[in-house]
Amino acid sequence: MDQFTINLLFVGGSFALYIGIAIWARAGSTSEFYAAGRGVHPVTNGMATAADWMSAASFISMAGLIAFTGYDNSSFLMGWTGGYVLLALLLAPYLRKFGKFTVSEFIGDRFYSQTARIVAVVCLIVASTTYVIGQMTGVGVAFGRFLEVDNTTGLLIGACVVFAYAVFGGMKGVTYTQVAQYVVLITAYTIPAVFISLQLTGNPIPGLGLFGDDVASGMPLLTKLDQVVTELGFSSYTAHHADTLNMVLFTLSLMIGTAGLPHVIMRFFTVPKVSDARWSAGWALVFIALLYITAPAVGAMARLNITDMMWPNGGIEGGAVTVEQIADDPRYDWMDTWQKTGLLGWEDKNGDGKIQYYNDKNANMQAVAEEKGWKGNELTNFNRDILVLANPEIANLPSWVIGLVAAGGLAAALSTAAGLLLAISSAVSHDLIKGAINPQISERAELLSARIAMAVAIAIATYLGLNPPGFAAQTVALAFGLAAASIFPALMMGIFSTRINNTGAVAGMLAGLIVTLVYIFLHKGWFFIPGTNSFTDADPLLGPIKSTSFGAIGAAVNFAVAYVVAGMTKETPQAIKDLVESVRIPRGAGAAQDH
Amino acid sequence: MSENSSNNAYWSANMRIIVVSLIIWALVSFGFGILLRPLLSGISVGGTDLGFWFAQQGSILVFLAIIFFYAWRMNRLDREHGVDEE
Repeated sequence: MDQFTINLLFVGGSFALYIGIAIWARAGSTSEFYAAGRGVHPVTNGMATAADWMSAASFISMAGLIAFTGYDNSSFLMGWTGGYVLLALLLAPYLRKFGKFTVSEFIGDRFYSQTARIVAVVCLIVASTTYVIGQMTGVGVAFGRFLEVDNTTGLLIGACVVFAYAVFGGMKGVTYTQVAQYVVLITAYTIPAVFISLQLTGNPIPGLGLFGDDVASGMPLLTKLDQVVTELGFSSYTAHHADTLNMVLFTLSLMIGTAGLPHVIMRFFTVPKVSDARWSAGWALVFIALLYITAPAVGAMARLNITDMMWPNGGIEGGAVTVEQIADDPRYDWMDTWQKTGLLGWEDKNGDGKIQYYNDKNANMQAVAEEKGWKGNELTNFNRDILVLANPEIANLPSWVIGLVAAGGLAAALSTAAGLLLAISSAVSHDLIKGAINPQISERAELLSARIAMAVAIAIATYLGLNPPGFAAQTVALAFGLAAASIFPALMMGIFSTRINNTGAVAGMLAGLIVTLVYIFLHKGWFFIPGTNSFTDADPLLGPIKSTSFGAIGAAVNFAVAYVVAGMTKETPQAIKDLVESVRIPRGAGAAQDH
Repeated sequence: MSENSSNNAYWSANMRIIVVSLIIWALVSFGFGILLRPLLSGISVGGTDLGFWFAQQGSILVFLAIIFFYAWRMNRLDREHGVDEE
């Protein structure tokens, strides 16, 4: 059986499973549509949250970004897990006690203001839509390779599948579908990593293999890696090169953003009790950590394998891989297949029949190149987003592993897209239409408008996904910055300070959202349209602070503006202070109420 | 009134636990993982130093410990102050 058929079987089989579960669990009432009747166990909920959370950014993109940068991209690992501490300690139990369906309902009630609710809905839609664009980038890369279709076709197929189960399943369908997706994605991520770790270090646990010894050289794996990459003029893998301030702000933005993203917070409305909300966050992080402990090993080992493939005879002195070898040797088949997607490229610039891969920006290497007659780096293009998907092919693993990784990558991208679309659709139908425009709307009409909102959101995200502002994980990092600057501070102040009133909260959210959005648009183009940017992340407007790191500053602006404005305007009424008091204690938490 | 003062004691106990937990949270990630990494460079772990391990794996394990500790501690605190869910 050829690789294409195997991929098709794995991807098709896993889709059939998800859609089957969605149909089996079709939602009936509105309460079931949003929050699955609150009958979800913390462990199940944790697993579904993990699937919801780990998207194309975590699965497809992150290890590639770590592989080519090393230590400096540790921010992704710390940021996307550290946010769960904030979520568990500062938000989850209180929002569950509050007992409503959506994040914006909490903000609307706590800040006793229809305006606050609508501003929260807008913040939520902006952050979620940016996030879905990142997912669509991942979907395009995965389909492009595995179904051997172009990026556009891949995106359209993916959009149809997400639409099918998110629209017809609702939250309950999504919860159980996502448990299935978690199992598929964690298996798909772990199996190739175990194979590769065994090949390189003899240790079956990749997270331990990363700090183990390289079997071939007897040296510690990371020492060996530092040695081979510096020999080619790249900066060492384990050392700290990036600007420290930017790294701290970037990590912080990802953490705060994690705790401000509505589709993750919504998960904590679906557990039966306040105490379960606390455990749920822990379980979610357990299932997330299984991937995140493996990811740095995947990155480091892939970097070592790739370098070894390009210099198969023992480093620079042994000579580079030849053009014939790439064309004829089956170990190099992955290069030919990925070249067709346009995401991998090489060119024999000096015509010596070999492909020299090195850092041509490095002065020492330029001297070496001069001496040896090289005309620049000949591995001209290596898209970071292909690394995880190409990894089993690079390590020469069996065909079924490659098919499994395809299914896992798509599970990651599609499950998160579905969760986000649900958050967007409930924001529009429940908060905007029922909450603000037409409170008398029937349950049936509300459900219909939720589904229409979902379809519109998919269409927009697919359209913007064709021209993404960066690699999947970078686009997603922008979404986190927006959530960090707008939603998280409002929620936190709503619980921990009775001083913040309606005007303060609205001013804070607007200030945080606008300042962050403008900073991002200045660097990434207005509305992400390429070429309309005035600055680049290589040379940002404010010192070393890149657009992906600005969320932490936006959050600080939000807090500061809210405190100043609240100090100048009318005090929070007593009834609201009582509401805050009651949210702080678990006793009396009932089922969610609809209004 | 008495219920109110009990709630205040409960809330300030909660705040103390949160503050201590967040100090540890920041110490392992921003501290050991980034800013204090040079101080830990003497301690080697599998071909690199302790700071690298904290940045790529250690902080995640500590985050897990913090969340489970908080859930366990708070569920006990709820009962001590009689504010748990019946």
